[in-house]
Amino acid sequence: MRIVVCIKQVPESLDVKIDPETKRIVREGVKSIINPYDTYAIEEGIRLKERFGGEVLAISMGPFQAEEALKEAIAMGVDDGFLLTDKKFGGSDTLATSFTLSCGIKKTGNFDIIICGRETLDGSTGQVGPEIAEFLKIPYITFVSKIENISDNIIYCTRLMEDHYEKVMAKLPVLITVVKEINEPRIPSLKGLLKAKKAEIKRITADQLGEDERFFGQDGSPTRVIDVWTPEIKKEGKKIEGEPEYLTDEIIKQLKTLGVV
Amino acid sequence: MIKIIYEKCNLCKNCIESCPFGAIEIKENKININEKCTLCGLCIKNCPEQALYKEEKEIKIDTSDYKGIWFFAETREKGISSVSYEMLSACLKLKEKLNEEISGVLLGGDVSSFASQLIERGCDNVYIVENEKLQTFKEQTFADAFSKLIKKYKPSIVIAAATMIGRSFIPFTAARIKTGLTADCTDIDIDEETGLLVQTRPTFGGNLMARIICKNHRPQMATIRPKIFSPAEVIDGKEGKIIKENIEIDIEENVEVIGRERVENVVDLQEAEIIISGGRGIKAAENFSLIRELAGLLGAAVGSSRAAVDSGWIPYPHQVGQTGKTVKPKIYIACGISGAIQHLAGMQTSDYIIAINKDPDAPIFKVANLGIVGDVFEILPLLIKKLKQIKGG
Repeated sequence: MRIVVCIKQVPESLDVKIDPETKRIVREGVKSIINPYDTYAIEEGIRLKERFGGEVLAISMGPFQAEEALKEAIAMGVDDGFLLTDKKFGGSDTLATSFTLSCGIKKTGNFDIIICGRETLDGSTGQVGPEIAEFLKIPYITFVSKIENISDNIIYCTRLMEDHYEKVMAKLPVLITVVKEINEPRIPSLKGLLKAKKAEIKRITADQLGEDERFFGQDGSPTRVIDVWTPEIKKEGKKIEGEPEYLTDEIIKQLKTLGVV
Repeated sequence: MIKIIYEKCNLCKNCIESCPFGAIEIKENKININEKCTLCGLCIKNCPEQALYKEEKEIKIDTSDYKGIWFFAETREKGISSVSYEMLSACLKLKEKLNEEISGVLLGGDVSSFASQLIERGCDNVYIVENEKLQTFKEQTFADAFSKLIKKYKPSIVIAAATMIGRSFIPFTAARIKTGLTADCTDIDIDEETGLLVQTRPTFGGNLMARIICKNHRPQMATIRPKIFSPAEVIDGKEGKIIKENIEIDIEENVEVIGRERVENVVDLQEAEIIISGGRGIKAAENFSLIRELAGLLGAAVGSSRAAVDSGWIPYPHQVGQTGKTVKPKIYIACGISGAIQHLAGMQTSDYIIAINKDPDAPIFKVANLGIVGDVFEILPLLIKKLKQIKGG
């Protein structure tokens, strides 16, 4: 079985501010990490390999420094890492990102399962997974909380919906997006860390993909950000202390004002 | 891409200093822009010599063919989901400035009877696709039907609720049409000058807000967070057209739903008006009965922090926050939750927040409208007792 995991490098802290004068994003000394949702995708990829055999790859799109994220995936147990990196990919929205990733995935060879985190920490759109599935013309299952089994080229999983779980089966190749509930990501072993240190991440540029470059980067992105700002913290709250009798009365008074009691 | 006119550049380095991403450097005595560039354009604005410009090669389509404001009318077992009326309400807001017809789209096995409810609340048209393949929700079949309908009628705007259903099949639909899609908007409006849809969404966990447009592709698509717009109300004497479409769903059906399993007490966190959440301070699984009892009295849904889920006290579907659900109820009551940034990101836009925590310095108090410094094990039982007395008469 060949498994591809899509990952993104994101800033560890989302506590960013916009300088109102320069409109620049102020990110002082923010460390980069693997998008937390993607760590569940990596873990599940490795577990599938352990259960069913085969190979598990990680792929990302971003600047050179995103190699660190791919190396971390290798340290966890992924076999190989690929980085789509080119200034032609700059300014990509979700459509251009998923197109580029789908081209990159095809470039790495055949695949049986593609695993994505359900969304990223920074953008939180959750759109890239389903959009990759469309570009690759394969079925997909979102919000997977458990992979029950894979047999005879069919995957059986449980997926989370708003107020219920669904048992779903799908024919391979398939793309799934996973939620946190699916597993507990492992800590890299010493052996893994050593392997990652030596590993060479394979870089893929726009030209190597052999596609019309108007579909990449900002040119391939229908959406444009026209304005970014820091929302004001609106809460004008009060904090009260005292006896439970008084405190509960205050809560009830407030619930009455809000019209729910 | 950002292009450099080297003849004009005097290496003043203003662009290097203005770049928030560190994407500009000097290489071999020349300005070089590397792969970190996000095309934000700040360097262009900051170049005194006008030596930088943005080269656009975007593929453009004729946008004048596209007319009409559409929304996907989500249905559940019991009928039309209330988020659909919220989407209609958002469309009515756009119509005030755009003056194009509003159409609702119903997809399902047996949904015709719901059309009149959409019309009486303001729809000019309702498109219905009934097909046994749409009987249960499946991304591929829904996207197939929806994208074909969009390609046929060419609406200028298409919105849907950012529920799990919407977030799951709308991106696939947008990719199929090769148009832009903005996720999870907290506001939409029409730019009066250009007539474009202006989409506002939080990003970076709500620490930044962004306005986004889709200029040269159609339709302009967005998913909208539930509970932002109030549901559209019945308009007396409103009439509209019902259009039944026979659309052949010929996508290969590779996914099959083989079972369903309810989650206890999860009554749809994203639709709930009131949410009572418990965190680390609840201390044990059995103590969640206090949260459940209070929730029962107030008709609220039960939420939790990540700490409570990770401790195994309550299942994951209840988790509110960055790796769980983002909610915006009218009232959010946080019990024994310290308020880590990851939790705040999922609930800080709630209309009214009550926090109960014995640590007066807990960060949760920074976002609370009413902060109660006290022990949840003293406050909750007493609160439940008093609410019961009120209810009892």
